[in-house]
Amino acid sequence: MGQSIDPVIRVRDLVVGFDDFIVLDHISLDLLRGEILGLVGGSGSGKSVLLRTIIGLLQKKEGSIEVLGSDIDHMSYEERRAIERRCGVLFQHGALFSSLTVLENVQFPMREYLGISQGFMDDVALAKLDMVGLNARDAEKYPSELSGGMTKRAALARALALDPEIVFLDEPTSGLDPISASDFDALIRTLQQTLGLTVFMVTHDLASLANVCDRIAALVNGRVVASGTLEAMKVSADPWVRTYFGERKGRPVLSRSARQRE
Amino acid sequence: MRRGPALGSELLQPIDDDGGTKFKASGAWTADNARELDVIARDLMGARSFEIDATDIKAFDTFGARTLYRLLRSSTMSSCDVSLHGLPQHYGDLFNRVSKAADNPHAAAEASWSLNSVVSVLGQNVLRMEVGLLDFLAMVGEIGNAAVRVSLNPRSFRLTSAVNQLDRVGWQAVPIILLITFLIGCIIAQQGFFHFRKFGADEYVVDMVGILILREIGVLIVAIMVAGRSGSAYTAELGSMKMREEIDALRTMGLDPVEILVLPRVVALIIALPMLDFLGSMAALYGSGLTAWFYGHMSPEIFIARLKDAISITHFKVGIIKAPFMALAIGAVACAEGFAVKGSAESLGRQTTSSVVKSIFLVIVLDGLFAIFFASIGM
Repeated sequence: MGQSIDPVIRVRDLVVGFDDFIVLDHISLDLLRGEILGLVGGSGSGKSVLLRTIIGLLQKKEGSIEVLGSDIDHMSYEERRAIERRCGVLFQHGALFSSLTVLENVQFPMREYLGISQGFMDDVALAKLDMVGLNARDAEKYPSELSGGMTKRAALARALALDPEIVFLDEPTSGLDPISASDFDALIRTLQQTLGLTVFMVTHDLASLANVCDRIAALVNGRVVASGTLEAMKVSADPWVRTYFGERKGRPVLSRSARQRE
Repeated sequence: MRRGPALGSELLQPIDDDGGTKFKASGAWTADNARELDVIARDLMGARSFEIDATDIKAFDTFGARTLYRLLRSSTMSSCDVSLHGLPQHYGDLFNRVSKAADNPHAAAEASWSLNSVVSVLGQNVLRMEVGLLDFLAMVGEIGNAAVRVSLNPRSFRLTSAVNQLDRVGWQAVPIILLITFLIGCIIAQQGFFHFRKFGADEYVVDMVGILILREIGVLIVAIMVAGRSGSAYTAELGSMKMREEIDALRTMGLDPVEILVLPRVVALIIALPMLDFLGSMAALYGSGLTAWFYGHMSPEIFIARLKDAISITHFKVGIIKAPFMALAIGAVACAEGFAVKGSAESLGRQTTSSVVKSIFLVIVLDGLFAIFFASIGM
């Protein structure tokens, strides 16, 4: 991958908590342009909190977050909107608007931001749905009529509606069967290469981590304890990370590569 | 030949002087310039033959790719010849991928407004009404069924749930019901005095107020309040439980949602509504007594004496007998609508609205039927 060094997201000494309870404790993390970063961590370790803080849904207590070169604390409303326009978010359960069809869901951000003709919107939205693997008939359906995999695809199309530079994926493959999950991984990979995206992905799926992610960061007890490639994670000093990536049974994807290492 | 405003755009400029058969694309062909791209595409599509030199495109995304593709595609549809060259290598993948997407098959989905569709919409609405009525009847049947089953095995009745519901629909509704009925009582009495005074019939205001409130107004106002206050809450609760598959979960555990969720709610309503009716009627009579005192200059002693003569226990019975039936109607409509909620938030809103509208309508229809019934048996 032709990565330049400039981080599109730079998180420094971030502290996030609710009342007295600290969830993220002085976290620093960079997301480099053109990479796919996978964030792992146990349930309740604050992965989603980190993601929601970066996209501005949660307030932080201390530290700084820079998105696309500007600090999110010192931004006017217009600057903030402009930055948000350059980010796309895929929520864990899709968060499609239930009263709109799939096509209207994808067109929603275009309608709000671009002011282009209905014909052009239809054309681009259908092209995007085609890219995520949905056809024109699916486009007319309502979110309640979609299967889990189709919901994720539709939500991804909506996240990509404005051709963002950064895409945040919150557990994109959770709730999908392994075949759909690996299809979805391949889709993310292809789209990332075609559209030149930078991807920040929260996931539990070891297969996604192995197949898609350029770099992995592990979050344990509110701190980033390790980051690097999959190989680096397996020999990490942190016992939780080692257990997660290697020392368990019944994980074909990793046990195979572990065997190769020996 | 047309010369649109797009020709002056920075994104696509003619590079020769002979009317523009060669264009140079430059700048950012991205979502930021989507409006301009849209104009370019609409102005140039199918208009003439031309060449596009894309070497200078600085930024390119799906919107740009799709615009280029629209321009090229238009050449195959009309007899013009549009060609593209010099698209930077690293944008090639995106352009190819976007071009592969199907050609606007969306047009088929455009709804045409014809006589046919009007008739079909009308038919669908009639059908929906019929289904709504069937749902209501089915719910009444299921409630009856569950009630019989529970009465054979009284320990299976969810007493805690029923008491909790009774607290919410009965006890917590008391203040607002008292206030509203009190005000209605005041207003009726005031209007009575105002108009009856013209022909010296002041005293008969008490008869009117007493009979009207005990027989009709008390129970109607209370039932409508309860339909709006508790019926809508039932529909919203059951509807969101349906959306989150809680009802399906109950079914798979071999439990009957009607018995567990609906019966306690309906029983609570059937107990609460007569009580609220009683309290409401008393508040309304109290209000009209006060109005008689301060507005009609009729002392409370006279008011009470007139009231004793004017009304009998029959009037009170006529009002209170109707209350449980109205409660059943409200409960059954509210629960049937709750179970009819589909996946979307919009459907929850629609069902809640329809629950309130239908139950108020049913309350009034029931009231009419009871009026006929009581008249025919001379009550």
